[in-house]
Amino acid sequence: MTAIKLALRNLIGAGLRTWLNVFVLALILILIIWHYGIIDGWNRMAIRDMINWEIGGGQIWTADYDPYDPFTLDDSHRVLSPSLNDEIEQGNMAPILVTQASIYPQGRIMSILLKGIDPDQQVSELPTDKLLGGDEDIPAIIGTGMARDSKLNTGDNITVRWRDVNGTFDAAEVTIVDVFKCDVPAVDNGQIWIPIEKLQEMTQMPGEATLLILDQDYTWTGDENGWVLRDHDYLLQEMREMIKVKKVGGSVFYIVLMLLAMLAVFDTQVLSIFRRQKEIGTYMAMGMTRGQVVRLFTVEGAMHSTLAAILGAIPGIPFLIWMGKVGFAMPAGSDSLGMAISETIYPVYSIGLIISVMLIVIVTTTIVSYLPSRKISKMNPTEAIKGKLQ
Amino acid sequence: MENAHIVNVESLVKHYPVGKGHFTALSDINLSFSTGEFAGVVGPSGSGKTTLLNIIGSLDGPTEGTATVLGKSVGQLSHKQAAKLRKTHMGFIFQTYNLLPVYTVYENVEFPLILLKQAPSERRKAVLDALEWVGLMDKIKSKPAQLSGGECQRVAIARAMVKRPELVLADEPTANLDAANSHHILKTMVKLNQELKTTFIFATHDDKVIKYLKRKITLEDGKVVNDETT
Repeated sequence: MTAIKLALRNLIGAGLRTWLNVFVLALILILIIWHYGIIDGWNRMAIRDMINWEIGGGQIWTADYDPYDPFTLDDSHRVLSPSLNDEIEQGNMAPILVTQASIYPQGRIMSILLKGIDPDQQVSELPTDKLLGGDEDIPAIIGTGMARDSKLNTGDNITVRWRDVNGTFDAAEVTIVDVFKCDVPAVDNGQIWIPIEKLQEMTQMPGEATLLILDQDYTWTGDENGWVLRDHDYLLQEMREMIKVKKVGGSVFYIVLMLLAMLAVFDTQVLSIFRRQKEIGTYMAMGMTRGQVVRLFTVEGAMHSTLAAILGAIPGIPFLIWMGKVGFAMPAGSDSLGMAISETIYPVYSIGLIISVMLIVIVTTTIVSYLPSRKISKMNPTEAIKGKLQ
Repeated sequence: MENAHIVNVESLVKHYPVGKGHFTALSDINLSFSTGEFAGVVGPSGSGKTTLLNIIGSLDGPTEGTATVLGKSVGQLSHKQAAKLRKTHMGFIFQTYNLLPVYTVYENVEFPLILLKQAPSERRKAVLDALEWVGLMDKIKSKPAQLSGGECQRVAIARAMVKRPELVLADEPTANLDAANSHHILKTMVKLNQELKTTFIFATHDDKVIKYLKRKITLEDGKVVNDETT
């Protein structure tokens, strides 16, 4: 307690020197919490969007289907059994048929995935209702990413070439009836969505699908020959790996910030011990042990971060709450990074995040303060009293 | 405890290493100081006054011989024991005051009592008493940088006396002061010596201080050449 009382007195007495360090540390604390909040918010948003748009409550794949291997697509289709059709009727799942195709925007060839989906489905947020009731022969919807890459817009017609189940090439014109804004690249990039019945007809695969998306509130317990259930653990595995990588990248930013802060504290401590030799000698003359003086200087250094946490909370809490409400606008072009990024990310701050960041900063500051303070234990008090450098 | 000797120095020798040899700062010193003495070790610069005071103050240890302070041989004390001896029984007054620059006058004087873990109410009374002795009640909230040299030294006296130690060691306390301030602080110390029976040992070569001493021990080249009581 004595060391804390004296350290606090010394810090407040030191005035500007203390407040500069406290300001830097407070700023860094807020930045680190904000940065982690953004990453957490981003992760949660990305997973939520993936669930809402792409994977629903899980997916049922044909056994051969591998989304990363286009060669599997030729065999990845099966006739939907009556029980699966019943589930589809009840709105518990939505079938999707996938086939490879090519389009020729502005005279160039572009490989795409042509996906058929039930226009009445409610399990995905894809605006499939736009595929209903138009005069177009083959209505199609695409995402903004696809629209940008292919330079297609609502109302445009585009020739699509595909192969049917027998391997025969065929072509037709599709009409873009809507361009939807979506943050999930897996339902946007290089994809054209048309009604599933139309695609079944085009590919001569009546009543067939490649996969089914389950409703988020529905748990499929059936066992269908040739179909495999892919749950969230499986479908989100890649996303979670990307989040891990992102966290490592974020840690570099965090370490650089911490290094800057610790450099300031270390510098202050070294300077303090260099400049305050007479004071150190006086402490010893008045009866403080070397250990007590080392402790005093260590606590002084560590208190910078405690004060920073307290004082940083004054502007930090309103700022972080405000950011949580208005969100952080992502720079233009960040949606081409290959993972779900919305225009605005709403940071999420957990108590665990705040406490762990504060603990790391306080413990690191204490260690950084202790290292130069050890020099005191080797000082000769009679020389220190005179302020002689040792 | 016997009133006779608060400090007893026997056959004291102090060497400092210099290159491959050593420099003898003190040689065969034999001295005793009684409780309530107002004594001074005088002599030119380099005669060993400060070294002797540092050893008595347990800030340094003897090379040979013994220095016993309040029944404890300082050469045999651990760092912690020496610190406890200083904290509990000794006060120090330095030539350059050695006040803590970021503390106010009040906080500087209060500091030794915080180390003794005294209760806040006791501390407050003791600090105000000490500041009253040295006549600095109107400077309680000032910081050392706002005080004159004389005022700083009076704060240092109050800080040394606030815990009412048995022994006060003053190393050239008037070296940075003018004559008027020197007399003022010396009168203060004489008064405290008489009222509180505190033992004062000075290291000085200042004639103004020497005039006030009741016992004058003269050192030359690390040896006692004269010890006279008036």
